[in-house]
Amino acid sequence: MSQTRFAESHEWVRLDGDVATVGISDHAQNALGDVVFVDLPEAGRAVEAGEAVAVVESVKAASDIYAPIAGTIAAVNSALVDNPALVNSAPMGEGWFFTITPRDASEIDKLMDADAYARHAEEGH
Amino acid sequence: MADTQSLLETPLAGLHRELGGRMVGFAGYSMPVQYPAGIMAEHQACRTGAALFDVSHMGQAELRGEGAAAALERVTPAEVQALKPGRQRYALLMNESGGIIDDFMVAHLGDRLFLVLNASRKAVDVEAIGAVLPAGVSLVPRPDRALLALQGPGAEAILAPLAEGDVAAMPFMGVLESPVAGVPALITRSGYTGEDGFEIGIPAEGAEKVARALLAAGAAPAGLGARDSLRLEAGLPLYGQDIDETTSPVEAALTFSLGKRRRMEWNFAGAERVREELDSGPKRLRVGILPDGRQPARAHTEIAINGLPVGEVTSGGFGPSLNAPVAMGYVARAHAGDGTALELVVRGRAIPARIAPTPFVPHRYKRVAGVVA
Repeated sequence: MSQTRFAESHEWVRLDGDVATVGISDHAQNALGDVVFVDLPEAGRAVEAGEAVAVVESVKAASDIYAPIAGTIAAVNSALVDNPALVNSAPMGEGWFFTITPRDASEIDKLMDADAYARHAEEGH
Repeated sequence: MADTQSLLETPLAGLHRELGGRMVGFAGYSMPVQYPAGIMAEHQACRTGAALFDVSHMGQAELRGEGAAAALERVTPAEVQALKPGRQRYALLMNESGGIIDDFMVAHLGDRLFLVLNASRKAVDVEAIGAVLPAGVSLVPRPDRALLALQGPGAEAILAPLAEGDVAAMPFMGVLESPVAGVPALITRSGYTGEDGFEIGIPAEGAEKVARALLAAGAAPAGLGARDSLRLEAGLPLYGQDIDETTSPVEAALTFSLGKRRRMEWNFAGAERVREELDSGPKRLRVGILPDGRQPARAHTEIAINGLPVGEVTSGGFGPSLNAPVAMGYVARAHAGDGTALELVVRGRAIPARIAPTPFVPHRYKRVAGVVA
């Protein structure tokens, strides 16, 4: 399993074999507050990097989730449908959103590592 | 992150920071949208125990002088002249075309009326009310005062030991001037959460002392986020979202606030439209809406029936007490009946929903038999 990388829009992505798992960071879930609904993409959908592919709804507002890399949606986390609070309780684990088959796995290495992301989040982005 | 530098602060700004409040801009003020516990927990604290909200951004003003009540009635259809000392009432401030300038509270303090106005509207309100006052009646804004809302079934047990006066004996919409934690306070048994509770007006310099005493006695700090989900579940409209200068009291389903005598005299701003809509029915009505499933439909979501637009959501979100999405909005009168099946068009997809009576969560005000407003 590769190192976890982060997009500026606060998604994390982790390559495991030939699929990458995507979720949102702890910083992001904390900023959103209590998550009450997640709108997930269809498996098989081709997406571009930066494309809005999912929506997370907190009590207060709806926020887009962007594909951190280009590829094809492989699977979605159906556990979030019944228990969207997993996004708050386990954002980096059980609260993952979807997996994606990368068009070019090397795109992942261009994203921020944990230290760079921590600085990005701290700057108030 | 929002630029909070140009925003005004309430007297409790330091306390909000100390409590970890997440500050956002609201009506020109820096206000806590939530504390570390989160909106869901703060909401539940209010439904099951007691929550403390800082509502010092709201406008407070005194209306003084001979004929103050009659003067105010020129711009509100509420019964103000028959309001008894020690009682408060919900009222609408109207424009000449029958739209709502603001919704507000008016309390009778014996020698004067006391108004609580929405933060975003207080400047407009003072101008609109000021314009109709005769010589000898004056409207005096009180920006030197703070306002706290202590809300929930546990509110009475928290406030009673701290107040000199008998707050437990106060009925819903009762008014009492009594020190709280040694600070002179104007207490009303009211709020905007659907729960029993109190609003406590105090001099700005005493606000932190009173707030700390209420928190120490067990009230949970709660922010604007929980205030919004609570009032939405209670079916209460928010000015600027659910009511504005284009909506009438009839359309907004707020006819309970029209005094019986006022409906015979028709001598208030906008009376013509109100009368016409009461006689012939309004074009649209504010209704409660329950979406199927768990997906919230937010403000400005289109409401349709069989693909044809019939209205728009004005407030929508997730109701923590219902554990389900809730909304309110306006629909054409022909489609406003309870149980009517609707579609809410969210991100291009139609979510099934139905019109439902409000409040979604029953009000639990302290109503006392024999006491009439």
